[in-house]
Amino acid sequence: MTIHGLLYIALVFALVLGAAFPLGRYMAAIFEGRVAWLRPLETGFYRLAGIDEARQMSWQSYAIALLLLSVIHFSLLYAILRLQYYLPFNPLHIAGMSPRLAFNTAASFTTNTNWQAYVPEQQISNGAQMLGLCVHMFLSAAAGIAAAAAVMRAFTSSGLKTLGNFYTDLTRITLYLLIPITLIAATLLVLAGSPETFAQAIPLHTLQSGIQPLAIGPVALQEAIKELGTNGGGFFNANSAHPFENPNAWTNLLETWLILVIGFSLPIAFGHMVKDKPQGRTLMTAMAIILALGCVGTYAAEAAGNPQQIAAGVQASGNWEGKEVRFGIPASTTFNVAATGTSTGAVDSFTDSYTPLGGAIPMFLMQLGEVTPGGVGSGFYTIIVFALLSVFVAGLMVGRTPEYLGKKVQAKEIKLAMLAVLVVAIFILCGASLSLMTKSGLGSLENAGPHGLSEMLYGWTSATENNGSAFAGLSADTPLLDYGLGAAMLFGRFAFMIPILAIAGSLAAKPKLAESAGTFPTTGLLFTFLLIGVIIILGGLQFMPADTLGPIAEHFLLYAGKSF
Amino acid sequence: MILRELRPAFSLVVLFTLLIGLILPGIFIGAMQVVLPWQANGSLIKQNGQVIGSVLIGQNFTGAQYFAPRPSALSPNPYTQDTSGASNLGPTSKALLTSVKQRVASYRKAYGPGPVPADAVTASGSGLDPDISLENALRQARAVAAARHLPAAAVTTLVKKMAHHPFLGIIGTNHVNVLKLNLALEHLPAS
Repeated sequence: MTIHGLLYIALVFALVLGAAFPLGRYMAAIFEGRVAWLRPLETGFYRLAGIDEARQMSWQSYAIALLLLSVIHFSLLYAILRLQYYLPFNPLHIAGMSPRLAFNTAASFTTNTNWQAYVPEQQISNGAQMLGLCVHMFLSAAAGIAAAAAVMRAFTSSGLKTLGNFYTDLTRITLYLLIPITLIAATLLVLAGSPETFAQAIPLHTLQSGIQPLAIGPVALQEAIKELGTNGGGFFNANSAHPFENPNAWTNLLETWLILVIGFSLPIAFGHMVKDKPQGRTLMTAMAIILALGCVGTYAAEAAGNPQQIAAGVQASGNWEGKEVRFGIPASTTFNVAATGTSTGAVDSFTDSYTPLGGAIPMFLMQLGEVTPGGVGSGFYTIIVFALLSVFVAGLMVGRTPEYLGKKVQAKEIKLAMLAVLVVAIFILCGASLSLMTKSGLGSLENAGPHGLSEMLYGWTSATENNGSAFAGLSADTPLLDYGLGAAMLFGRFAFMIPILAIAGSLAAKPKLAESAGTFPTTGLLFTFLLIGVIIILGGLQFMPADTLGPIAEHFLLYAGKSF
Repeated sequence: MILRELRPAFSLVVLFTLLIGLILPGIFIGAMQVVLPWQANGSLIKQNGQVIGSVLIGQNFTGAQYFAPRPSALSPNPYTQDTSGASNLGPTSKALLTSVKQRVASYRKAYGPGPVPADAVTASGSGLDPDISLENALRQARAVAAARHLPAAAVTTLVKKMAHHPFLGIIGTNHVNVLKLNLALEHLPAS
C-alpha cells in the first residue's frame, strides 16, 4: 500500500460525493416532474403509448406495470437473441443463441444483473447488442430508479394511497437522466479510444502473428450506460479490462465515477423529496463508510501480493494476475469494489485471481444486499429496508415506538422487510450448496480447494443480488447454471422489489406524525453507525459460515504454502 | 387490471427500442465517425499501406529483437484479437504457480537474475494488455539492444522517452506501449 494509492481512493470519493449533491437535487426535480427540457419528445411518447400523465398509481398498479413491462421486454430480448442470425447488423453471421442461454441472458439483462454466460465476441451480433442488450441497460436501470422514486413518495405523502406513475417515471428518468449523461460520457470514451462503429471485425496484418481479425463495434455508448446504469454487461468477454472498453487510467476513473454517481445521488434526492436533507446525507454516509472500508481493504490485500509467487522470485509489487498494467493496483481494486458495492458487476481486473481476502470483500459487499450504494434504485430501496429494521431494532432496545420520517413502522412492514432479506439469503446459500452436490455443478469449477467453493458461492451471490460479476473461471453455460442462476436473478430482483413496494404502499397510506420527544432520531452519527451495524449483522452475518469455508480458509492455506 | 397496463407497457418497450436501439446509436455512430474517426474505428496504425494493428490492443512478439509483451491467457494462441479474457486461476492454484515459476526461469535466462517484475510473469485481465511496466521494459532493453546490434544506451533512452507516467503520481502507472515501442525500434539508427 502506498500513500498514492490511498489518495486515488480519496479522489474517487471526492469526485463522486461532490457530484452527488447537485445530481441528487436534479434527480428530485425529475421525480417531481419539474424537469421538462425534452417536453415535446416526452409528451409524444405519452400520446403514442396512451399514457395519462396525471394518473396516480397504487402500489399494486405500480408493481404490475413494472412487472408487465419487464415481462414484455424480457420476451423481446429472448426473441432477439434466438433470432439474431436473421436480424440486421450481424456482419459475422453469428448464429442464434440456444434456448437456455437466451433465457439466462434475457433474465440477466431484464433484472439489471448482466451476468454473462456467453462470450460476446463470438455469440452476440452488433445488432443484438444495440437493439437488445443496450436498450435493456437503459430501461432496467430506469425501472430500478423508478421503484426507488415510488418508495421515496411513501414518505412524502400523508394518508395517500398512491406512489406516482410508473410510465412517466420511467420515461423521465431515461430521457432526462440516463441518456444525457450517457452521451457525454460516451463521447469522452471515444475521445480516449473506445470505438463506435457498425463494423464487427477488422482484418489486421500483425507484425508477427499473420492476418487476424480484430473485434470491434459500437462499444463506447454501451460502455457508458453499462457503468452509469450499474448494469455491467461487457461488450467484450474481458469486460472493462478490454482496452477498447477502457482505454486508459482516465477512462478507468471516469467509469468508476459513473458506476457510483447515481447510487450516491439517490439518498440526496430523497433528502430533497422529504424536505429533510440530513436524512439523505445520513443514508449516504453509511453507504460511503462501508464502501470506503471495502476499497481500502481490497487494495491492501492486492497490494500485499501473493506470498507463494514472491517466494518464487516475483517482485513484491502486488498481485498482478488478471490485472492490466495501465490501471495499476489501487485503481483496479477500486473499480471492482465500486462495481460490487453497486450492482454493476463490471470488472477491470479479474476477481477470480484476486488474493483470497481481496476477492472476499467484493463478495461480502454483494452479500450485504447491495446497499453501498447498490444498484441504481435498488440500492436505495434496499437501504430503506435496513433503515426500517434499524428503527425497529432501536425501538426494541430503548423502548420507543419505531418511526421513520413520521411513519409508524409496524409488524406488517417489518415482516415484509425480513421476507425480502431472507429470500435473497435462501437463494444464495441453498443455490450454491445444491449446485455443489451435483456432478454438473462440480464440473463447472475451474479452481480446486476452497477457491472452488468461492467460485460457486460468488456465482449465486452475484446472480441473486443482481450484480453480474463472476469468479469467471466458473463455466456458467450449463443447463444447471443457465436455468438456476436465471431463476435466481428473477427472484432476487422481483421477489425483493415487490415486498418493498408493498411496504411503500402501506407506509404511504399512514398519516405523517409530528416529531415528538419520543422519536428516535434517524440522522446523525448514532443512527449512521446503528444502520451500518444492522446492515452488517442482518445482511452479512448469515453468510459468514460459507465465507469462512471459502475465502477465509483459503487465505490461511495460501500463507501456509498450500496449493490445489 | 393487467389489460389496462398492456398498451402503455408494450408501447414504451417498442418506442424506447426504436429510440435507444436504433436512432440514438445511429446518430452517435454517425457523429463519432465524422468528429473522431480515428478513435471511433479502433485507433488503427498502418505500415506500408497495411493495417498492422490497433495502438490500444496488444500483439504477441517473440524473439530477442523485440520487447516481449505480458503473458496472455488466451488459448490456443496468445493475443488473439477477436477474443479476450483472463486465466481466472485463483491465488492457490497449482497451475498458476507452476506457470509463474516457469516464466520467472525463462525471464531470468533472457534478461538476467534478480526479482522479476510482476507484470512480466502474470497474465493480464484482457489477454490483450498493450503495455508493460517501465521497469520490465528497462530490464529487457539490454538484451533487445544486443540482438539488434544497437548501443544499450540508445534503447534505454528510447524506452524512457516513450514511457507514460502517472498524473500527479496518482492516476495511471509507469508503463510503455509494447507495439509502439517495437515499431520505434525499427527507426533507431544502428551503431
